[in-house]
Amino acid sequence: MDLAKKLGNLAVTAMMLGLAGKASAQMLINGAGATFPYPIYSKWFDEYAKVDDSVRFNYQSIGSGGGQKQILARTVDFGASDGPMSDENLAKASGKLLHIPTVAGAVAVTYNLPGDRKLKLDGLTIVDIFRGKITKWNDARIAGQNPGVELPDIDIVVVHRSDGSGTTYIFTDYLSAISRPWQEESGKGTAVSWPVGLGGKGNEGVAGQVKQTPGAIGYVELIYALQNKLSFADIKNTEGKYISPSLDSITAAIAAAKVPDDFRFSMVNASGDDAYPIAGTTWLLVYQTQKDPTKGKKIVEFLNWALTKGEEMAPSLDYAPLPKSLRERVLAQVKEITF
Amino acid sequence: MAETLTTTLGVTDDAQLAPPSKVGDRLFKSLAMVMGLSVGVLIVLVGFTLWRGASMSVHHFGLGFLTGSKWDPVQEVFGALPFIYGTLVSSLIALVIAVPLSIATAVFLTELAPPRVRQPIVSVIEMLSAVPSVIFGLWGIFVLIPWLRMHLFPWLQKLFGFLPLFQGPNYGVSMLAAGIVIAIMILPIITSISREILRSVPDLQREAAYGLGATRWEVTRIAVLSYAKRGLFGAVVLGLGRALGETMAVTMLIGNRPEISASLLAPGYTLASVIANEFSEATTDLYLSALFEIALVLFGVTILTNILAQLLIASTAGPKASRAIQ
Repeated sequence: MDLAKKLGNLAVTAMMLGLAGKASAQMLINGAGATFPYPIYSKWFDEYAKVDDSVRFNYQSIGSGGGQKQILARTVDFGASDGPMSDENLAKASGKLLHIPTVAGAVAVTYNLPGDRKLKLDGLTIVDIFRGKITKWNDARIAGQNPGVELPDIDIVVVHRSDGSGTTYIFTDYLSAISRPWQEESGKGTAVSWPVGLGGKGNEGVAGQVKQTPGAIGYVELIYALQNKLSFADIKNTEGKYISPSLDSITAAIAAAKVPDDFRFSMVNASGDDAYPIAGTTWLLVYQTQKDPTKGKKIVEFLNWALTKGEEMAPSLDYAPLPKSLRERVLAQVKEITF
Repeated sequence: MAETLTTTLGVTDDAQLAPPSKVGDRLFKSLAMVMGLSVGVLIVLVGFTLWRGASMSVHHFGLGFLTGSKWDPVQEVFGALPFIYGTLVSSLIALVIAVPLSIATAVFLTELAPPRVRQPIVSVIEMLSAVPSVIFGLWGIFVLIPWLRMHLFPWLQKLFGFLPLFQGPNYGVSMLAAGIVIAIMILPIITSISREILRSVPDLQREAAYGLGATRWEVTRIAVLSYAKRGLFGAVVLGLGRALGETMAVTMLIGNRPEISASLLAPGYTLASVIANEFSEATTDLYLSALFEIALVLFGVTILTNILAQLLIASTAGPKASRAIQ
């Protein structure tokens, strides 16, 4: 842990030294954490440089675990995480840490069946496939939901992420929410103990494995599935409707989710007619009391910009923006940051 | 050293010359010593850092960490056995494939190949060692795995399906696939070191054997290979060291399943892979500490196999054998 901290320090120092010569007037704000929102965050930082050129952001997408650790150790100015911090970890913070939700995404269930078949699946079927209880594609429970679709008599090969990831967190959060046996045996987390299946590294590892193995099923970020034109299933939501993952169905899910005041919310299995059930948001982690007043001011300015102008850029990169009502609540929390 | 040099040059009696300064020599000697010792210090420091990071997990699980086979980050139950097993088995497969290939290549290059052929082959092998791990991984996913799944594995199952080694479902990604790729990756290092060792066998050995009427094969076997046995063993150990720590390509091809299975066609997991996979998202202290302990175990396994290999060399080769590697 110390080593990681020291390395982080070293990297930050090196970065600062490198930049100091070039533009000493520019302030550097360091952040680290989640990989899932990295594309939108880097776009935000680029665009924000045009708005305020006195500040530069340096974001390292080292993973949510690293982001939480670094903000707890105060080696960065803000952290980022795909899962909310646990109470245990929050208690370690040397000040009040705020969760700032930024954008949302979904997890798509992708599969490889001969022909281009659109499948419909409900949550419990997915649970039993991933628990190894349903082992054939022509199982009555899959066939029952897909009348008219010809299902082959081949084995199901389950593929999951082998690396810890926010995608796994959202997916297992959903499985835990709808199934008690899943919750008790595997639970939810960025990495869990999988009852069956093969592990692929990254979205590309899972997608590659699924594409090449006839009869495989796996889960990937929706953005990845869209950009690589993978086939994915419609999932049955709480209202009994089969919903395809899309920006609209994710936004519908956030709108239906109950969001507590600390914004550590889960939006899986959200009610609402059009809500896609396997979705989640990602957070920035910022201390409520900023130690460096000039830096604190700049961070607040940036957050205000990100939650208004920034949100509008999200759909172009396939992220779902927060609904307006939630955005206003988050902006009210940003106002409480003192420096 | 300076003295011996001047004596051999026969200039000591020349009173006109000022005695050469020894400062440079001393400086060089101490500098070299510091460099030499720093390797040892580095290993100790690495071991110490790992130990400190792992101490929480060591206290929590004790020896059960090494014998436990459950890896559950949610319940925070951690056991390293499937990873230790996967690391050793995948490396063993790699050695079984790579060692005969490498040594045969080295023999061909030093004893048999005409000079015109030799250089291109040597360059190709050296290029192989410069290919990054991730490239082998990608090649494995897109070329090797489909071929294994559709051709080699069904064939193995048909011929040797009665052995538990080749039973069970065939996914392509597997312990065997990982072993094959590691074999390709350690081939260059074993080949080039073996080649150097075989080249250092004195020609006198070969000439003596020829003089006794030995055939080419007998010369290679008796005069060359037997003479270089110890050095070749050293080359294999160096290859093994690489195999144990190989991470990226293995992670992409082994299937990442922490389970001990008799079948080589089943997916597995290695110590290095689990660290690469889970370190960045490990949020709780115990989880992180368990990953540190995995690193400590890998460190230990590497050192232990090296020591075992050294002992093996000492007992099989004996004092008569070649010291070509030294």
